[in-house]
Amino acid sequence: MNALAVPQALVECHELTCAYDGSVAVDDVSMAVRRGDFVGIVGPSGSGKTTLLKAVLGSIPPASGHVHRLQGLTMAYVPQVESVDWNFPVTVLETVIMTRSRNGWWPRTTKDERDHAERVLHRLGLVDVAERHIRELSGGQQQRVFIARALFHRPELLVLDEPTSGVDVRTRHEVLHLLADLHDEGLSIVLTTHDLNGLAAHLPRVVCINKRIIADGAPRDVLTPVVLEKTYGAEMEVLIHGGMPVVLESGADHVARRLSNLTTF
Amino acid sequence: MIATLFEPFGYSFFNNGLAVATLAGALCGLLGVFVVLRGMSYIGHGLSHAVFGGAAASAVVGINYFIGAGIWAVVSGVLIGRIARRRIIGADAAIGVVTTASFAIGLALLNRYGQAKKSIEAVLFGSVLGVQPADIWAVSIVAVLVGLLVIAFYRRLLFATFDPDVAQVTGVKVAWVEALVMMMLSLTILVTMRVIGTLLISALLVIPAATSRMLTNSFARMLWISPVLGAVSGFVGMNASYHLDTSASATVILVAAIGFVVVYAATGLRGRVRVAHVHHI
Ligand SMILES: Nc1ncnc2c1ncn2[C@@H]1O[C@H](COP(=O)(O)OP(=O)(O)OP(=O)(O)O)[C@@H](O)[C@H]1O
Ligand SMILES: [Mg+2]
Repeated sequence: MNALAVPQALVECHELTCAYDGSVAVDDVSMAVRRGDFVGIVGPSGSGKTTLLKAVLGSIPPASGHVHRLQGLTMAYVPQVESVDWNFPVTVLETVIMTRSRNGWWPRTTKDERDHAERVLHRLGLVDVAERHIRELSGGQQQRVFIARALFHRPELLVLDEPTSGVDVRTRHEVLHLLADLHDEGLSIVLTTHDLNGLAAHLPRVVCINKRIIADGAPRDVLTPVVLEKTYGAEMEVLIHGGMPVVLESGADHVARRLSNLTTF
Repeated sequence: MIATLFEPFGYSFFNNGLAVATLAGALCGLLGVFVVLRGMSYIGHGLSHAVFGGAAASAVVGINYFIGAGIWAVVSGVLIGRIARRRIIGADAAIGVVTTASFAIGLALLNRYGQAKKSIEAVLFGSVLGVQPADIWAVSIVAVLVGLLVIAFYRRLLFATFDPDVAQVTGVKVAWVEALVMMMLSLTILVTMRVIGTLLISALLVIPAATSRMLTNSFARMLWISPVLGAVSGFVGMNASYHLDTSASATVILVAAIGFVVVYAATGLRGRVRVAHVHHI
C-alpha cells in the first residue's frame, strides 16, 4: 500500500461480525478509519451502531473476523447518554479528571491536571458547573461533560455514540462546531447519529449500516433514496439544497393529511 | 451511671470484641461503597455464605481458619466476580445456587463433625466471646492493606466502578481492578465474619454505604463517611449490646440501621432521591 497516498489506518475491521447470545448485531463489516477521518455512522435503531463502535474500541470481542488497531493508539469514547449512570456520586470535575489514572500513588489532583481540566471545561463552556453533580445539568451540558472527559485524555481517535441525541438545535450546532474545530486540529473522529440532515450530511464521510454496511462514502453519494430505503426499509426523498443532500421522509405529508382530517371532524 | 458505662471496658474479651467490631465496621463501610454503587450486594451476601463453607471445611480438616477460609474466600470471590462480570444469563442464579450450596455443605460438615450447636451459632451470628488477639491482628492488617489499596488505586477504582466500558477503552485494566475489589471484599468478609457473623455481614456492607450516599454526592467523600459510620456503628453497637444483653452483631446492625433512618428522615427528598438508586440488600 502506498503510505503517501493513503493516510495511515488507525483502526481496520475485516469481515467483522458481532453477536449477543447468538443473535447477530453486526454482520461482515469491513471498513477502515484513517488518520484525519471524520466519519458518521447512520442506521435505524438496533442496526448495530453502538455494537460496531464497541468492537472498534475493543470493549466487546468479535464473534468472527477481526479488528486491527494501530499499535499504541490512544482512543477516547463518549458513550450514548442513556448508558451513563447519572446517579453515580461524581461531580463534573471528578468525571473529567478520573481518566488520568497513571500518576503517583496519592490520588490528589495535581496543579497540571487542574489547569488542563480547566482549559477543557472552559472550551466546552462547563467552568461554571465544574463542582455540580452530573445529574444537576441540562441535557446539552451532560452531553458535553463526557466530551470533556474524552478530550482530557488527549486522544488521537475520538469515538462518540450519538453526541447530539436529545439536544436542541443550538447545542447541536455547538457540538458540531466543536467537533469540526477538533478535526481541524488533527483529531480523527468517528460518531454515530440518527440525525441525517443536522449532522451526517455535514460530514466528509458517512457509513450507512443495517447490521451490514449498505454504503460508505461522501454524503452526496451515500444519502440517496436507494441506499436509504435499503438502510431504513422506508421510502425517503432526497433534495439537494446548497450542494448538500436533505433527506425527507415520504409519507410524512400523508400523516399530516390524516391528522388534519381528524381535526375537521 | 458513668461507672456503668465504663464497666465493660474492664473485661479484655470486651475490649478485643470492641476493637474488632469497630475496625470491622470501618472496613465494611469502606468496601460497602463499591458494593452499593456497583449493585453487587447479592455478591456480598453470596460471598459470606461461600466463606462460611470454607470456614467449616477448614475447621473440620483442622487447618488454620485464616489460611483455609482465606484461600477459599479469595478464590471464590475472584470467580464470582468474573462470572458476574461476563453478564452471562442466569449468572445471578448460578452464584446464588453455588454459594448457598457452599453454605449448606458448611452446615452439614459442622453438624457431622463439629463440636456443638454453639459453634454453628457463633459462625452464623458472630461471637464476641470467641474473639482472639489473632482476630484483632487480622482485621487490622486487612484494614491497613485495603486502605492503602483504595488510595493507590483510587482513580482506577472510581473509573472502573462508574463506567467500566469507557475505563477499559481508556486503558484501565478493568478486569484487574474488579479482581482487586473482589479480593478486598473477600478478605474483609474473612476477617470480620467471626465477629459479625455470616448472616449479618451483607447488612454491614450495605447500610453505612447507603447512609453515606444520602449525605453526599461525591464518591471521594463517601469513601470516608461510610467507614466512619461503620466504625461508629461497630463501637456504639458493641457497647449497647453489653448493656442491653443483646447479640453484638445484631445490635451493631441495628445501630447502623437507626443511623440510616435518622439520615433518611433528616435529608428529606434530597437524600431519598440519591438513595433511590442504591441497590438494596
Ligand atoms: N448487551 C446486549 N445484550 C444483548 N443484545 C444486545 C445488547 N446490546 C445490543 N443488543 C442488540 O443488538 C442489536 C444492535 O444494538 P445496538 O445497540 O448496537 O444498536 P444501535 O444501532 O446502537 O441502536 P440505537 O440507535 O437504538 O442506539 C439490537 O438488536 C440490540 O437489541
Ligand atoms: Mg446505540
